[in-house]
Amino acid sequence: MDDITRGLAQALELILSGDAALFEIVLLSLQVTGAALALAMLAGIPLGAALGLGRMRAQGLVTIFLYTGMGLPPVVVGLFVYLMLSRSGPFGSLAWLFTPSAMIVAQVIIAFPVVAGLTMTAVQAVDPQLRLQARALGATRIQEMWTVLQEARIGVVAATVAAFGAIISEVGAVMLVGGNIEGKTRVLTTAIVLNTRTGDFALALALGMILLTLTFLINGAMLQLQRVRDG
Amino acid sequence: MKHFTFAFVLFMLGVSILGCAAPVSQPTAAPSVCTLRLATTTSTYDSGLLDAILPDFEKKFNCHVDVVAVGTGQALEIGSKGDADVVLVHARAGEDKFVKDGFAQERFDVMYNDFVLVGPKEDPAQVKRAQSAQQAFKLIADSGAPFASRGDKSGTNSKELSIWASAGITPTKGMKWYNALGQGMGETLLASNEGKFYALTDRGTWLSMTAKLPNLEIVFGGNTIDENPDKHLHNPYGVMAVNPDKFSGINAAMAKNFVQWILSPATQERIGAYGKDKFGQALFYANAAK
Amino acid sequence: MGESIFQLRAIVKQYDARTVLHLDALDILQGEILALVGPSGAGKSTLLRLLNFLEAPTSGQLVYRGVNTARENIPLALRREITTVFQRPVLLNANVRANVAFGLQLRGASANGVVGKLLTRVGLQNFAHASARKLSGGEMQRVALARALAIEPRVLLLDEPTANLDPYNISLIEEIVRAQNRERATTVVLVTHNIFQAKRLAHRVGLLLNGQLVELRDTAQFFQSPQDPRTAAFVRGEMVY
Ligand SMILES: Nc1ncnc2c1ncn2[C@@H]1O[C@H](COP(=O)(O)OP(=O)(O)OP(=O)(O)O)[C@@H](O)[C@H]1O
Ligand SMILES: [Mg+2]
Repeated sequence: MDDITRGLAQALELILSGDAALFEIVLLSLQVTGAALALAMLAGIPLGAALGLGRMRAQGLVTIFLYTGMGLPPVVVGLFVYLMLSRSGPFGSLAWLFTPSAMIVAQVIIAFPVVAGLTMTAVQAVDPQLRLQARALGATRIQEMWTVLQEARIGVVAATVAAFGAIISEVGAVMLVGGNIEGKTRVLTTAIVLNTRTGDFALALALGMILLTLTFLINGAMLQLQRVRDG
Repeated sequence: MKHFTFAFVLFMLGVSILGCAAPVSQPTAAPSVCTLRLATTTSTYDSGLLDAILPDFEKKFNCHVDVVAVGTGQALEIGSKGDADVVLVHARAGEDKFVKDGFAQERFDVMYNDFVLVGPKEDPAQVKRAQSAQQAFKLIADSGAPFASRGDKSGTNSKELSIWASAGITPTKGMKWYNALGQGMGETLLASNEGKFYALTDRGTWLSMTAKLPNLEIVFGGNTIDENPDKHLHNPYGVMAVNPDKFSGINAAMAKNFVQWILSPATQERIGAYGKDKFGQALFYANAAK
Repeated sequence: MGESIFQLRAIVKQYDARTVLHLDALDILQGEILALVGPSGAGKSTLLRLLNFLEAPTSGQLVYRGVNTARENIPLALRREITTVFQRPVLLNANVRANVAFGLQLRGASANGVVGKLLTRVGLQNFAHASARKLSGGEMQRVALARALAIEPRVLLLDEPTANLDPYNISLIEEIVRAQNRERATTVVLVTHNIFQAKRLAHRVGLLLNGQLVELRDTAQFFQSPQDPRTAAFVRGEMVY
């Protein structure tokens, strides 16, 4: 109990004092997760839409892969990315290991199946007649897809929010491929693990609360965007 | 109609550009572009030792040290894949194998700390009368008092297992009193405090966490490194520069500098002094060969 | 009313080897209102889907304005001359104004001024900012009609456009269709279960039964002197199944 109140107080203190190290950690968390989410959306939304519209060949197989990917333990993803990016691995020459780039790669792999899978479900839930209606009004294939995606937007936003939540709070993979290097690859979650390990429970809790607040604010913003659109 | 999606995609793209740009811009912000990657165990980093001594190296050689603090096994694995330039760990057998396999040319003694046996203040197994760690473990096994093992193949865990072996005991799942937690040191100590278990811990972690462990005390190992009656509980740390012939991209010159620097008398003195102000005693005992 | 805008020859449409449409010959004339009547399941909606190029026939020749769509892809510009108001209108989850502007937006055309006028025409001038999802069935159908008219189609396909409407709105819609046909020479194919509506609006009426065209004649003749006994029975309101 004592730790919890002290954690709260410390969280407030850290935020109010504008702690530079904290700011750096928060910024990196947002950058890595933001970049990973954007890339996952860029690839996952079109794939999810194509699957949802039934325009893929190996539909069933791809769907199973996506659903399996959604259940993949992040540590396993981290290990895989580690072995790929290691100097003795196939992509060692990139020198990405223990850099934010490696963390982004791992998070994209975690987020992508979530975005694609949930987008697919959202698109499937759109009235199939709508596509016919759009085409009857002169939509091209791409416009037709875009229209369906627009109709599925609540589900697509939900997919994005879910993927965001999965990677901003993820620790196993980024710890492994980022290395939790101070000032370079330390993000909120790995800092929390570090402080727990060293017994600084109050600080760990404070960082946890900051993470929670951040997630809350960003989710709020995403839902607000959606509401503005709905009028 | 499309404003929402458009704005949203734009927002995410903006963030991603930021995300990609930032890592690139960071090295330019620092005065040096030289980096040395050190793979080490959590104990050296979490105890605060590295934070205390590394700035001197960075200043002297104008080179930033990226510390990757992980378990001993993982640190050696990182080194053997060529993903670090220098390795600082405590697992003598593993280190020797590392050298034998050609991942490093040589291993150097840097320092040691020690392990202590902690347990409930009531000391149900009467471990306090033991003369050696081996005897202490025997007393626990004979009394059937609960014992918590990290069970995670860490350096501490392998030390514990070697003591059991020297006592002629093989802990198995079937033994009710033996609990292999599969957790880190901090978690294991916390669990021991709650469940009144005996546990083997490194002194540094114990000192930094004693305030949170009111039910436990040191039952064997003395109050300082010097007072530890059993030299078998010493925990030597070795430093190794990763062999640059095996992988491309190793910062071999700087790694060599690092090894020389950490073995130098000035650094050794700093290592030996670390912790005196905070804990009233040193956490590490510097022992590089003169 | 002049030459035919659509020429259908030996058109067959099958779903899973089940033939739901089999037309030996059907010509739709430029500028006419053609009503299609027939029992449920006769293939009326299927025919409209073929005419809007939403589905391809299984076999046969479908020629629109000289383009044989069996042999070549229909150019986008030609395809965009035709639109359908479906039996069950599907609206976008957006406000009424956005829905009416949808077809224009797909063409990259401005909807300024057009939407307001059309909404007034279908009696929904106060609904521009209402959410389309909250409209009644009849209101939705009128929005769908306004959306179709917004793109000024050459061919307007209507699938029971007044099914959900009250008598006042039925006559409102019928007047709009009539005006559209008269003033802009829009070709209209109207599917309806209401034979009185066919009588009121159409130049010609066709009876579809089990996927086949039983009879297609000028409206007056269709109702007064049907040739086929099945048409006669249908006109009298007797079962024809
Ligand atoms: N996509 C499809 N797949 C399989 N069968 C279909 C499909 N679309 C229509 N059918 C079948 O084709 C037949 C004709 O259907 P259609 O919708 O054209 O009838 P309709 O004349 O419009 O009937 P209603 O007056 O009830 O609207 C029906 O038996 C229907 O079940
Ligand atoms: Mg129908």
